Formats: sequence, C-alpha cells, structure tokens
Amino acid sequence: MDLTKLPGFLLRRGLKALIVVLAIVICNFLLVHAAPGDPASVIAGQSGAADPVFLEQLRRQFGLDRPLYVQLWIYLKSVLTLDLGFSHRQQMSVASLILERLPATLLLTGVAFAFALAGGVTLGALAARRVGRWADSFITVLALTFYATPLFWVGLMLVLVFSVWLDWLPSFGMGSVGVDLQGVEVVLDVAKHLLLPALTLGLFYLAVYARLTRATMLEVADQDFVKTARAKGVPEGRILRAHVLRNALLPVITFAGIQAGQLLGGSILVETVFAWPGIGRLAFEALLARDYPVLLGVFFCTSVMVVLFNLLTDLLYVVVDPRVEAAG
Amino acid sequence: MTISRRGLMAATAAAPVLMRVQDALAQGVTPRRGGTLATILTPEPPVLQIGVNNQGPTIVAATKMFQGLLTFTPKLEPIPLLAKSWTVSPDKREYTFRLQENVKFHDGRPMTADDVIFSIMRFHMDLAPRARAIFQMIETATAPDPHTVRLVLKQPFEPFLLMLDASASAIVPKHLFDGQDFRTAPAVQRPVGTGPFRFAEWQRGNFIRLERFDDYWKPGQPYLDAIIYRIIPDSQSRRLAIETGQAQLTQANDIEPFDVPQLRSRPNLEVQTTGWEYFAPLSWIELNHRVKPLDDMRVRQAMSMAIDRNFIAQRLWFGIGKPATNPIASTTRFHDATVKLAARDLRAAAALLDAAGLRPDAQGTRFTIKHLVLPYGEIWSRLGEYLRQSLRQIGIAVELESTDAGSWARRVANWEYETTLNFVYQYGDPTLGVERTYVSTNIQKVTFANTGGYSNPRVDELFARARTAVTPEDRQAAFSEVQKILVQEVPQIWLMEMTFPTIHDRRLRNVITTGLGVHSSFDDVFLAS
Repeated sequence: MDLTKLPGFLLRRGLKALIVVLAIVICNFLLVHAAPGDPASVIAGQSGAADPVFLEQLRRQFGLDRPLYVQLWIYLKSVLTLDLGFSHRQQMSVASLILERLPATLLLTGVAFAFALAGGVTLGALAARRVGRWADSFITVLALTFYATPLFWVGLMLVLVFSVWLDWLPSFGMGSVGVDLQGVEVVLDVAKHLLLPALTLGLFYLAVYARLTRATMLEVADQDFVKTARAKGVPEGRILRAHVLRNALLPVITFAGIQAGQLLGGSILVETVFAWPGIGRLAFEALLARDYPVLLGVFFCTSVMVVLFNLLTDLLYVVVDPRVEAAG
Repeated sequence: MTISRRGLMAATAAAPVLMRVQDALAQGVTPRRGGTLATILTPEPPVLQIGVNNQGPTIVAATKMFQGLLTFTPKLEPIPLLAKSWTVSPDKREYTFRLQENVKFHDGRPMTADDVIFSIMRFHMDLAPRARAIFQMIETATAPDPHTVRLVLKQPFEPFLLMLDASASAIVPKHLFDGQDFRTAPAVQRPVGTGPFRFAEWQRGNFIRLERFDDYWKPGQPYLDAIIYRIIPDSQSRRLAIETGQAQLTQANDIEPFDVPQLRSRPNLEVQTTGWEYFAPLSWIELNHRVKPLDDMRVRQAMSMAIDRNFIAQRLWFGIGKPATNPIASTTRFHDATVKLAARDLRAAAALLDAAGLRPDAQGTRFTIKHLVLPYGEIWSRLGEYLRQSLRQIGIAVELESTDAGSWARRVANWEYETTLNFVYQYGDPTLGVERTYVSTNIQKVTFANTGGYSNPRVDELFARARTAVTPEDRQAAFSEVQKILVQEVPQIWLMEMTFPTIHDRRLRNVITTGLGVHSSFDDVFLAS
C-alpha cells in the first residue's frame, strides 16, 4: 500500500462525507417535518384535555411557531457546531439523551456483531471445507432457517424456552433493578440479561455471514492459484486459511461494514421485545411523539457512523487485498 | 345529601386510613413494612412533573410523589388528604380548607397555604387546560393563616371539589417554581412533592425508581420501601412480566384485554376492573357532522342501532368495561339510568336509512364512509374491523385508514376525518368531562373539544344551567333532560363505559381503595409475606 497517497485520499473522502452528511441532515429535517402532526398535538391528544392556549404555549416553547426555513437554518447552525439541540418534550439535551442510551445499544449490537461475525465465518469456512457432507448440509440448513425466520419470532421463542419453560434467563430489561449487586455480580447480571437479545439479533447476521463465507470460499477454491498452492504441496489447512479464506473475506468485509454502520442505530425490534433501553427505541418513540430534535439527532449520529464505516471498510480492503488501491 | 355535609362528616384525616387498615385486618393480614413493588409503566412518560405533563402514565407514577387536597371514593365522595377538613358555603361559592399541619415536601420544607394557593392559582392555571377552565372561576384565593385556604368563586360551582384531586391540581412546592418558567425549572427533572414516595432515579427507557419518603406526614406509612416502574414497550413482554412474577402489578394499558382471561385463571394473580370511577372513560364512534350524510340524525340513529355493544364488551374487551347506555357513564354523577339508547335493531336501522333517502345500490351499499383507526393498540384495530362488519349489515361500507398517534391527534383536531374512535374521561361530573363534547361554544380545532361539530341550542342551554345550578337536584333535572335529547339525536355513537384491568400479585394489598384506583398515593399499599 502506498502510504503517501493516504492523506490526500482521506481529505477527499472527508470532504465528500461532509457534503453527504449535510445533505442527509437537510433531507431528514424536511422528511420529519413532512409527517402529519407535531409534538404539541401529540401531547394534547394524550393529555385528556386541551385548549388553544395550551397548544400555542407548547408550540412557542418547542420553537414550532417559526417558519420552517427558519427552523431549518437554526438547526443547521447548531449541528455544524456539533450541538444536537434540546428535547423540549423530555426537558433534556438531545446529546445527553443519546449518550444515556448509547452504552446499552453498543453493548447489544457490539456483542451481536462479534458473535455473528466470528460464528458466521467459522461456520461458513467449516461448511466450505466439508462441502457436500453432512456437516455442510447441517450448517447450510441451519443458516437458511435463521436467515428466513423473522427476528421477533426468534426472540419470542427464545423467551418462551429460556424464560418461561426453563426459567433460566430474564425476559426483559438490561439488569436487575432494586437489588444490591457488587462488582462481578453486576457483570454476570447484565450478561444474563444480554444473552437472549444478543442471540436474537446475532442469529440473522450469523446466517448471512455463514452463507456468504461458504459461497465465496467455494468460488475461490476453484481458482488456479489454489490449485498451484496445492500442487506445491502446501498443507490443506494453510491453503484454506492463507489462500482461500483471505481472498473470500472481501464480500464479508463489505457486508460487515454495512452492519457496523448500523450498530449505533440499534434494533427497534429486538430492543422493543426485550425492553432493552437502546437508541432504536429512543428513535422509534421520538418518531411517534414527533420529538423532532431527538429523531434528527439519532439520524445524524447514525449517518455519521455509516459514512465513517464506509471509509473504514475501503481502507480495510487495501489491507486485506493489496491489489485494491485507495482512490477517492 | 350534599357534598359539604359529606365533607364535614369526614372531618378527620385518620378515619379513612384506619378504615383501610381495618379492611386489611378483615382479610386477616396486618400491614407489613418493607418490600419493593416492581410494576410497569407504558408508554414511558416524557417528564414526571404533574401539571407540566398530564398524560396517563405520568399521572400513574406522579401521584405517588404528589398529592392533592382531596381524593375520592368510588362513589365520588371526597376523602380528606392534604386538606383535613373543609366547609362549603350554601351558595357553593366559598370553599374553605383546613390543611394538615405536619406536611413536609421531599426537600424538607413544610407545606403551607402559600404552596396550595400557588399550585392552584399559578402553576396549574398556567400549565393545564383542564385546571385553567375551572380555576379561572376563582375570584379570590386567600390564606387567613398558614394552614387555612379560602377560595371564593365568581359564580356558584357545585362540582368544584372534584378538581382538587392530585390528577387535576397536585400541590407543588412554591419555592422551587416561583419566578421561573414552570416547564423548564430544574424541579421538573427531579420532582419534589408531599407524597409517600420520592423521586430516586430514572434510567430512560429502562426504569423509574421511587423511594420511601421517611418524613411522610402519615405516621408509619408508607409500608413499601420502594416502587420500581419498569418501561416495557412490548405488550407480550409485559404479560410475561406479570405472569412470571418479574412484576407484581400492571395497570391501565399495560395488558391488552384479550390477554386478561388467561391471567384471570392464574391462582397467584388478582384481576380488578374497579378504580376508574373518577376518570370514567366513555368510548364512542366519533362522527364528523360536517360529512354527509352524518349530519342526518336518522343516519346516526341507524348506525347506533346496527352495533351490538354486548358483543364489543364481552368478545372484544372480555368483560373489561360494559356497554354504554347513554352519554354519561353510570359511575359519573347525574347519570340517569332511565334514559337508554335504542336497542340493536337492524330492520329499524334499515328503515331509517331508507327514510333518509339512502337506498342500497346493486351491491347493497347505501353509502361509503372512511374510518380513522385509533392508533392506541391492537384492540382498537379489532374494534374498527368489528364496526366495519356491523355497518355492512345495514349497507354502510366502511373504509379503514391506519395512522399513528401524531397524525390521529392532528387530524381529529383539524376536523380532517369522517369517523374515528375516541374515548374521553368524564372526571366525575358531566360539567367537567361531558359538556365539552356537545356544546356549540366548544366547537374548536383542538382534541377533546366538540370536534364533531354537533350543535343544539337547547343542549347548550341545559349544560349552562347545570353548570351554575346550586343544588344537585336542579343539576340533575337539567342533566336528565340533556341525556334524553342526546340519546335521541345520537351526536356521537357511544359504545362502552371503559375501565382498565389492574392485575396484581395476591400478596399485594390495598391496591385499589379509591375511585382513582392506581392513581392514588399508595401510602397504604403493602406486600404481605
């Protein structure tokens, strides 16, 4: 890899990324405001009583009484100074609302991601190595099943088995509340709560990675350089690791890059079923309540993450496959 | 019997407390100190400061931290709380309250008449539409001494006491709000009240923890050490939480009605449907009278006759709630049991539609109407589907439209709907919670106003008379006549007197002791061993 090209590459990509993110912010802003209803009408609709004064007070407090372009201008200015605004509905700054939820989301998605990636690549490689035999069939069927089953159903079934029938694991939440736990106990408690949601979220991606790894490995295994390696007498294990797997990893990295970009967004479905206090639910509830600043804040963080991970993926290509050049 | 006499009779604060302890004793259990109650809150409230936010879940949790001057029995008789006694002048204009003397806020400062006057005249008047509408009638609010409050109204107002429950006018600390923007004051994030539990911790999206307030004014209470409200967004997960004992109490919308029968059959759980007498939500098909042919009384009567309210109550709500008989719920004051809606009669309904000139076409359809599904859970979609089936029987085709809470509220407020479903709290008295839907002076572009656009000068006049009449007898006469007219003209198609299941572990005692049910302070709730 030609390191001298790197700063220029990063600069060009950074500039592009900035324009993309700004465009996303503007699109999001307009889209969010295009939905019918506003936070004031939602609160009025759920308070059991309302009068015009109440709505006017709320709209003034939320800054909704100003023209839309003024609101957009104010929002853009604050985003450019990395100020994500204030949720008047919840009386908290958007940054602190997001930061409060971020650890939960990163823990869940991170564990699910690591589990899916490690498990998927291992299973895929195993299946490719034993192609056509029972282990391959077993893994393929398993992967297909997880791939085709809806997430929420997997979640519900896991809860049914492990919480209701076996009573081994808690069915919701991120930890025991109101119990005094110390040190290791806290970690174990969170781990117990984490197991089912992480498994639910991870199984789908595990299937994706397994199928992807198996398919590309089989494709690469037929190529000339593998035959050459085999003719040279390189041991089979080393051929698989150094020649086949390494070349088969590119599509896996592409997909992992996409998934990693979504890590920050969390998963509305899994977070809802398991009452996991993450970002996905924050965004979903903000959408229902028309809590614009929170929704836009989550969108902003997620889009920045996606852009960053795309960049990182491109760099990783170069590392894994030296033939690929970093070009803006 | 008048409210003031009941008030004088219930002049000591200790009486109802003792009564409830005796209830417990009658079951062979003495109240036990200690234990943490794990329960559920859905959906998560935006803030816990009552007044700043008055949504259902906010009131459930906030009433443990905030109290009103009074609370109410299931028959809506006042029970002393922060006011230990009171007198009402015979003309129903002067209300004098004697306050409890040893009440402290959670920050240690004493509660006095100043706080009460501030809460009523400034805090709730500024923030809450419901309070504003009534408290504007107050001419003077004075404190002859630190523990007496005297309110003089501009006009007689017989249902005034009903506005003094915590859900309508909780007493807040003046020293934490005075001179600040009430909505943004720091106390909104860390609520401080006089209730038996104080705010401890809130991990958003996860749980809210309230702790026992050791300086609570009732000696020896509360019995519980803490209450934890878990935020569980999925209804099946909530059901699982109560089934597996991870929660000991569910309330309001936590459990879908169709899950209740299975929970009823569990020996360790108790299902109660009382405790909603004060709010008394009544559900109805909300009709927009500006849409033809809904402006025709015969069409509305026909639609009402096509619906089997027993089916709705028994098969959709599984016995949680009962069929509506008229616009005033049977638990609300001045309900007239002799005034009843026309019974289900498909033939008569068809005849009415014929008379209205709406003949069926070749497919048997007389007219098509849109229905905006109420986006508050699956049960309302099921009800929408049932209504489509019922109305098809008399040749009315219903097109269902799906929406979310934000769009629903906006469209109903702006009159941009043909039909939808709605349920509205009655707050114990028709003047407080029924009048607003039918009087022409309240035709406004706001939810819970007269959004349907019904107008009848006689109805306006009767509600106005009942509002200022001094004696309950006079008010009853006006309300009885109004009920007769409304049942005849069917401005909205009333469906059910709603209630919500309160499901709790049998060891949890005294959960529902008042007409406010789970919206009470829980100072006498305990976990039996």
